Amino acid sequence: MKKLHFKEKLYKGIFTILAFASLFFLVGIVLVLIKEGLPIFKEVSFLKFIFGRYWYPTYNPAEFGILPLILASVWVTLGAMIICVPLGVGSALYLNELAGPAQKAILKPVIELLASIPSVVFGFFGMVILTPFLQKVFHLPTGLTALNASIILGVMAIPTVCSIAEDALNYVPNAFREASFAVGATRWQTLTRVVIPAAGSGISTAIILGMSRAVGETMTVLMVAGGAAVIPHTFLEPVRPMTAAIAAEMGEAPMGGNHYHALFAIALILFVITFLFNVIAEIISRRFRIKLGLSG
Amino acid sequence: MKKEFSQNIGFFGLFFCMVITLLALGSIIYFIAARGFGVLNWDFLTKVPYSAMTKGGIAPVITGTFYITLGAIIFALPLGLACAIYLCEYSPKSIVVNIIRISINNLAGVPSVVFGLFGLAVFVKFLGFGVSILSGSLTLGILALPIIISSAQEALLAVPHSIREASLSLGATKWGTIKNVVLPSALPGILTGVILSIGRVAGETAPILFTAAAFYTRGYPKSVFSEVMVLPYHIYALMTEGAHPDEQRAIAYGCSLVLLLLVLFISGVAIFLRQRKRGLYG
Repeated sequence: MKKLHFKEKLYKGIFTILAFASLFFLVGIVLVLIKEGLPIFKEVSFLKFIFGRYWYPTYNPAEFGILPLILASVWVTLGAMIICVPLGVGSALYLNELAGPAQKAILKPVIELLASIPSVVFGFFGMVILTPFLQKVFHLPTGLTALNASIILGVMAIPTVCSIAEDALNYVPNAFREASFAVGATRWQTLTRVVIPAAGSGISTAIILGMSRAVGETMTVLMVAGGAAVIPHTFLEPVRPMTAAIAAEMGEAPMGGNHYHALFAIALILFVITFLFNVIAEIISRRFRIKLGLSG
Repeated sequence: MKKEFSQNIGFFGLFFCMVITLLALGSIIYFIAARGFGVLNWDFLTKVPYSAMTKGGIAPVITGTFYITLGAIIFALPLGLACAIYLCEYSPKSIVVNIIRISINNLAGVPSVVFGLFGLAVFVKFLGFGVSILSGSLTLGILALPIIISSAQEALLAVPHSIREASLSLGATKWGTIKNVVLPSALPGILTGVILSIGRVAGETAPILFTAAAFYTRGYPKSVFSEVMVLPYHIYALMTEGAHPDEQRAIAYGCSLVLLLLVLFISGVAIFLRQRKRGLYG
């Protein structure tokens, strides 16, 4: 009997330790980013790092200002949002409110499947098909631009936004719709004045998670954004978002040097941004469920 | 009349969104399939590359992808499953559990390039594994962890409480119940999560940029400490490195099609299994 008891405790202990290991990895990632990233602030002040206008990490003397990289990320992400928010949310509304059961049974898994296309394939498509096309249409010296990256990232994020927004629409109780029909509203009025407001915070969660994915996406922007680390003025210029800078330069940055630390500091900032996005999304979606009377 | 008109316009708009979405994503698959198909043949899949990557096949690249994915799952599956079992079966409802849950959610949202930096600092440099299959597998394993945990959790929660209680009332211990009753009925759901994470891991590039991938290695990898050629990185390298852009582009089309088919097939299986299961139990 005692032996049995011990065995039970042992298993519980093992599972507890392994469960905490995943916590350990998240903490570990943060610690590594801090340890490897902070030394750069001995060379450059934090404000100068964030707001510095010049990114010349390999020059002598080197300049570590990541404003061009931050702005590139902002531009490309906003551009992607312009594409994926209307298309993703629109598709979700179509799927949830208009598509019949047969259409739904096919379209939902197809959208999920499209979400699994690897980012490097999107990047490759952007390089071989979209780049020459944009170059010709806009008479540019190069087709690798912020516009190119925005389009590819935007299309890539559609399935993510669509799936999460569709889930949110599913949570809206049917009683809401029936009540609206009962007072004589049309389907369109019900959709715009009842369903969308009710699912609003769920839909914003989808948009925030889509943004988080776009900000952190690496391979596509590395391949199609063009890579010029200068402050962008139009969408038709090459840019270098933060993720692309890390991916492109880490291979050449000498271990333990200023450039190496600067790239880890960029990753730290990137981590903080996506962390905030995820926390905000989590808070909104919890409030959304409480509002609709679902358990958190 | 006016109401109906705006409704028609609105509904058409939504339909239009759906069509554009499918067209945009479908055209990507179409272009790659149409241009990659000509490159695919038996030799392409089974021969090693030669003449500076312009001739021969991509067999070592496919093998490398297989090794690194397998390694990631071997690492992530036991850890993820144990974590899910703890959260669903053992954990007292407490702040600690909430912290673990939140950190898993956030782990899922960390940009993949950040995983790559973590792998570089910890596995490649600190633990001294070098740029190798081992470092890459561990890095990708951490990336797969949240996917495995959340789908295993979903599968465990779907097992009805009455079954657990029946087992416990017959005198089975807690671990006995988990091992003989809960896990077998949750197995299909857990497998779905594993397949899903295989699809994700096989297509990831950024985490292995500095931890495992090489543009060219001689033949097949020899041990877990060798650098390795993998499909997603190979596509990127063919497009950005090397001296023969035109020949390399053709091979890149072939690699993209192989990767696309591989990932779509794996994810398709997972989505099909999940769909069927959800259909069965409502």
